[in-house]
Amino acid sequence: MTTADTKQSSALRVEIQRILSAQKQPTITILSSLLAVQDSIHYLPDEAIKETARFTGETTNEVWSVASFYTNFRFTPPGEKTLDVCWGPSCHLLGAQNILESVHSALEITEESESPDGKVTLKYNTCLGACAQGPCIAIDHRVFGKQTPETANKIAKDLRGLKS
Amino acid sequence: MSTPFEELKTRALKRWDEFTSTEKAWIRIGGGTSGQASGADEVFNSFRSTVEKIGANANVSMVGAMGLMYMEPQVDVLMPDGVRVFYGNVHPDEAKEIVTQHVNDGKPLLDRAFAYSGGDGTTTGSLPSLDSLPTMSFQERIATRNFGETDPHDLLQYIARGGYEALNRALTEMTPEEIVEEVKASGLRGRGGAAFPAGVKWGFLAPSTAPIKYVLCNCEEGDPGAFNDKGIIENDPHTLIEGLIINGYATKSTHGYVFIRTGHNLPIEAARKAIQDAYDVGLLGKNILGSDFSFEMEVSLTGDSYVAGEETALMEAIEGKRATPRFKPPFPAAAGLWQKPTNINNVKTLAYVPEIVRNGSGWFKDIGTETTSGTAIVCLSGHITYPGMYEIPMGMTIRDVLEKIGGGVSEGERIKVLQAGGPLNGLLGEDAFDTMIDFDAMSEAGASIGSGGIIVGNESTNVVDLLRNLIAFNQFESCGKCFPCRLGNTHMLEILDRMCQNKAKPADLALIERVGISMKAGSLCGHGQLGFNPIASALKYFGDEIDACLAGELPAPGVFGDGTMILPTRTRP
Repeated sequence: MTTADTKQSSALRVEIQRILSAQKQPTITILSSLLAVQDSIHYLPDEAIKETARFTGETTNEVWSVASFYTNFRFTPPGEKTLDVCWGPSCHLLGAQNILESVHSALEITEESESPDGKVTLKYNTCLGACAQGPCIAIDHRVFGKQTPETANKIAKDLRGLKS
Repeated sequence: MSTPFEELKTRALKRWDEFTSTEKAWIRIGGGTSGQASGADEVFNSFRSTVEKIGANANVSMVGAMGLMYMEPQVDVLMPDGVRVFYGNVHPDEAKEIVTQHVNDGKPLLDRAFAYSGGDGTTTGSLPSLDSLPTMSFQERIATRNFGETDPHDLLQYIARGGYEALNRALTEMTPEEIVEEVKASGLRGRGGAAFPAGVKWGFLAPSTAPIKYVLCNCEEGDPGAFNDKGIIENDPHTLIEGLIINGYATKSTHGYVFIRTGHNLPIEAARKAIQDAYDVGLLGKNILGSDFSFEMEVSLTGDSYVAGEETALMEAIEGKRATPRFKPPFPAAAGLWQKPTNINNVKTLAYVPEIVRNGSGWFKDIGTETTSGTAIVCLSGHITYPGMYEIPMGMTIRDVLEKIGGGVSEGERIKVLQAGGPLNGLLGEDAFDTMIDFDAMSEAGASIGSGGIIVGNESTNVVDLLRNLIAFNQFESCGKCFPCRLGNTHMLEILDRMCQNKAKPADLALIERVGISMKAGSLCGHGQLGFNPIASALKYFGDEIDACLAGELPAPGVFGDGTMILPTRTRP
């Protein structure tokens, strides 16, 4: 590890400690702590695991077991925007697979991952909660309904700053 | 001297008058996640800025979604004369026309509106009244009574419409035991899927004299196709908060948790604000409304995990651990959250409680069927003409819900398949459409009201492809604790993949049934025990299609022409 890395890591530790102590609700747990960190910095770096362990008085092993269980947690920085595409049965009947395929092509990827320019993270979501407006996608948790392969493709390209 | 509640009520009525009994018009835009997905935020902003810009005499509010989601974004205008006119599928650009003509000139855009309410209909031409629309007239709105009426972020509006009267009555006139008896007498059964009588469950916790006791409200609601739990919280959070406080009082509990999945920001924000507002006026905290009863409440978030909705896994998640189910016994009433006595209820169950306490158990018992009193809040989605969230009395048939309320599928087509009650429950074919919506009748038909979601498939639906989607969900969401569920779902998904790719053999049918039996026998919670349900019901209603698929006679589904499906690759370690 270079000196620059160490510095960066220690700044990150300070930031994570601040996030952990700023939790407002009375019940503080490993899960609430990890959710708070991911909410602020959008992923869980190694420092988050270690600081959460220290903060909650649990082992890093226990913190990892929680972090690896919930599928919303990620361990590398995401793209600038996160695009969720629903693949649940209701959206499935309304053509979600075609939307996924079209978004793959706009983002130049073939599975859940970041677009090559790092601008967009694609996630497959089991239900965005607006089934009556399906098929649904969401940008940073904001839901957009009644998608077609064309509209979703345009949204994905717009997020990358590309002309459709 | 007036009581704390009377003071609140006076303030609330004054606030309601500010919206409804003034010279000002009231423009209400339906919100919620579904509203947001349809563009309601843009419509709201457009109305607000238009009213400001042209100086119209109107209040503009984002209210809870009414449930007629096929009409979203939905806007209505209440004029000082008491007549309210409803507009559907409103575009932000229409704000100017509606505000100038309707609000300023007093001329509703009758050919643009879809219904009216209030008044005698003389000023609204041939518009139908809201109550006469089939999507409203078959409803019996109890838990959803405030949907589309009030701003979910305004505690006083909730109180103005009768809110917290039940809590006040409970605290001043009733003992905890009397409330438990009242809930028992109402016949209210748990709406989370298991349909256990709520009052009986409350009665398990009530006698414990432990110093700390918990009541938990389950809004994990990961079921695709269901949005009524989140709907209640985001559209009328106080009906749940009030229900949970009464639940706490009746069971002599000290703490309540509202458990919601991360990422669903509208219900999370609504619940947090409602709880804070309740604290601010003494409806939560020490000596609620001046009584001896003290009760604390907070929102607890879970990460993404469907199994976190199982009651013991839910307690693990609140404790901050992996959401895997516990072995029972001990049952939650004996040792639940942090090993303290605990009672868990679904959002819908609790949302009925204020109205049961306010109107009496007999009133509730008279609604619905002999064995299932009250209503069902159904969420219609998929290939249905009028998707939405509708609260109907128990006892309506599925066919009536689909055709009379939902408007069926497109002209000249027929409904082929339903997926009701979440991905662990069955598919239903046309033979089952005359089943009554009622816990027992549905369960006999091989399905469940469960989450309340009904996903509708038209004739183009490939049943095996739909099955694969459901099993893929169940496989993805297995928590991994019990191997029959973890491996069984994976095994079933492989077989369904083969079927969709025309690579399956007739012997696969026996294999998949054996896997299903093992899952049922060897899993700790419903996720594994019920995981074979979709396939069992598909065999019952669509056996011919499955045989044809095994014989390679059906075209492969999917976007690539080879029967493969795009699915997440991530699994739980």
